[in-house]
Amino acid sequence: MTYTTLVVLAGTSLLGACSGLVGCFAVLRGRALTGDAVAHAALPGVCLAFLVLGERRLPEMLLGALITGLLGIATVSALRHMTRIKEDAAIGIVLGVFYGVGIVLSSFIQKQTTTGSKAGLDSYILGKTAGMIVQDVILIGLASASCLAVVLLLYKEFKVVAFDPGFASVQGWPAFRLDLLLMTLTAVTVVIGLPSVGLVLVAALLIIPAAAARFWTRRLGAMLCLATFFGGVIGAVGTLVSARYHHMPAGPTIVLVGTSLFVISLFFAPRRGFIARILRARRTNWETFAPGDEAVGVALASRVGRHQERPDV
Amino acid sequence: MFDWPAFLSPDARIDFWTILVGIISNSTCAVVGCFLVLKRMCLLGDAISHSVLAGIALAFLFSGSTTEWPMFIGALFIGLLTSVLTQTLHTFGQVGEDSSMGVVFTSLFALGVILIGQFRDVHLDTDCVLYGGIDTVALDSITVLGREIPRVLRSMVPVLAITVLFVGLLWKELKISAFDPVLSSAMGIGAATVHFLFMGLVSVVTVSSLQAVGAIVVVAMLIVPAATAHLLTDRLSRMIAWAIAVGVVSAIGGCLLARNWNVNAAGMMAAVAGFQFFAVAIVAPRYGIVSKFSNNFRLSLRIVTEDVIAVLFRLEEGRNANAAPVASREQCIRFAGGGMLARLAIPLLRTRGLIELASGKTLQLTQRGRELGESLVRSHRLWEAFLDENFQLPADHLHEPASRIEHYIGPELQDRLAEAVERRDVDPHGKTIPGGSKSAGSSKSTTVPSKPTSDGPSGPSQG
Repeated sequence: MTYTTLVVLAGTSLLGACSGLVGCFAVLRGRALTGDAVAHAALPGVCLAFLVLGERRLPEMLLGALITGLLGIATVSALRHMTRIKEDAAIGIVLGVFYGVGIVLSSFIQKQTTTGSKAGLDSYILGKTAGMIVQDVILIGLASASCLAVVLLLYKEFKVVAFDPGFASVQGWPAFRLDLLLMTLTAVTVVIGLPSVGLVLVAALLIIPAAAARFWTRRLGAMLCLATFFGGVIGAVGTLVSARYHHMPAGPTIVLVGTSLFVISLFFAPRRGFIARILRARRTNWETFAPGDEAVGVALASRVGRHQERPDV
Repeated sequence: MFDWPAFLSPDARIDFWTILVGIISNSTCAVVGCFLVLKRMCLLGDAISHSVLAGIALAFLFSGSTTEWPMFIGALFIGLLTSVLTQTLHTFGQVGEDSSMGVVFTSLFALGVILIGQFRDVHLDTDCVLYGGIDTVALDSITVLGREIPRVLRSMVPVLAITVLFVGLLWKELKISAFDPVLSSAMGIGAATVHFLFMGLVSVVTVSSLQAVGAIVVVAMLIVPAATAHLLTDRLSRMIAWAIAVGVVSAIGGCLLARNWNVNAAGMMAAVAGFQFFAVAIVAPRYGIVSKFSNNFRLSLRIVTEDVIAVLFRLEEGRNANAAPVASREQCIRFAGGGMLARLAIPLLRTRGLIELASGKTLQLTQRGRELGESLVRSHRLWEAFLDENFQLPADHLHEPASRIEHYIGPELQDRLAEAVERRDVDPHGKTIPGGSKSAGSSKSTTVPSKPTSDGPSGPSQG
């Protein structure tokens, strides 16, 4: 394994882990597609930063991406509260229009500059891990560390907001500000993922590890750990596969590895998995329609068990 | 067919075809988009437009050609698959609806990118899907009836026809299922069937327009014109007409601006559509942000001014009929709740001739103001009496709701309330309900000097 591959591997695993961690809150909060809107809204920011700088410098371009990405979130929220436009349409509008402006700017840059800047901007759409250098990995590491620190510091607060925002505000938590912080974390994660996974697929990194982890556990702490782990594994395996075969760009490969993990969880996870639920349903049916003394006992026991399990969701 | 006028240069002909393709593509999207917006399924449209990429790649894998019809079949299949998988994951996998959608469409898109990446040697690249090919649409032409037209029109025109036919034939069903899904199921319209057919239409329209504007801008062209129209009207037929208009303006404006500045035309079309949307969102007559705020402001101002009038009327009522009621400007402002609006209310009331300056710096009601005050206080006390008769509320719970609703009770409702309380002339706090019958003289002569009210300490604003 070459040095370059190791660098890329470190970068994508870190990125996957960070996305998995932050994605849990987005998924639990029903905001999975906000990440998608941020990612698309980031394109004009990248292009504007490039226009201002005149060259390709990653941190500044990501800052531009973060600014327009947050502007995108703010627009969705403003449209939802100030007009009759519903959230789904608002997300679609922001996603489409910001992306449109982005490709206008990107084509403008391509016409202006003759040197190979086209490839540089293109990689933000479908992602490109090959160019990743140590500085990029450090940037991803710093961002991931800050996300982790915020989540650890505000674990209890985020937990309340993620599961019951109404209760949180009634209890006097600053629910709106916490929500804003969660969205900012999402935006930061999306933005650091842009160069390697691309704006179309970066939302998948947020959603897939968290959604897969949800099948295995019903405790938030465990879900966070598992999703972080899944994200890291997906990033690493995806990068390795993409390095091994030709014409397998890293972004889509990482996503497909994630999809496989999701499908495995969907079928084989205990309790919430398809197979476990089908087996349970059959057992319940059998016990209901052909009860022997023992069977009724088992049925009652399983029912009682279910009720006991519920509260700690 | 006609011949090109001589003054049209070849460049202008290319522009003509580009704009025409844009108009056809955008109009088709706009019609479908209206139902997406009304059914709140915009994100499913977004998801389908991304995942059809896999359909296109699969179609190429099986047919070996980049002609339109296999592409349409592949996209139709994948579009329906997206819809079904999302629903299945949501219901049977207990995954949140947005998460399941996100998993499905990103996976299919990733699959599409990888599959397309395998066919290096053919003309089928992701650039066209991401940026749209409308800039070069006129260069790839076919000959129909001895005339060269862009190749994409061969599939776009039939898709437009199918869309019009579909919406025309299923107008009633689509309308009911858009506005009232429960009613549509209850009436026996196969909600699932209509939904499925509609998803099929969305997939076909997406593929058709994707040739011109690319997979992501097509989301803008589906949703933005329809959302703009949604802010302008409440009628479905007018909404569709507005959406088409916005789509057409985006096509023309986008293509011309893009040519002028030498930038990507598909993106420019989305930008022009977005500009129209945000402009309408701000200034739309009923649902715009400006009109909403100005309506709220006017309503608040009306309530504050009416509060001042009602307070002055009660003061007047409480005194000897001959002595002029006295309240200073500061007192009036305080009665109205203080603040900017209350300060604004006093000069406004004076210009409207509802209050006038009495001796010194005090204010009193004019005759018109007195009539308005009487009506307000009548509404208030009638409502209290009504609540008292019909609900088991303690006496100190009557004032608050009445002081809210008094601003919305007109003469007609006053009469009906008066009948409902059997023409009681005293409210639950023992005060006379003024203006009971116009023939019985003015309320001032019948005013009973009320005993100090038991319903609170804040004096004249009560009761």
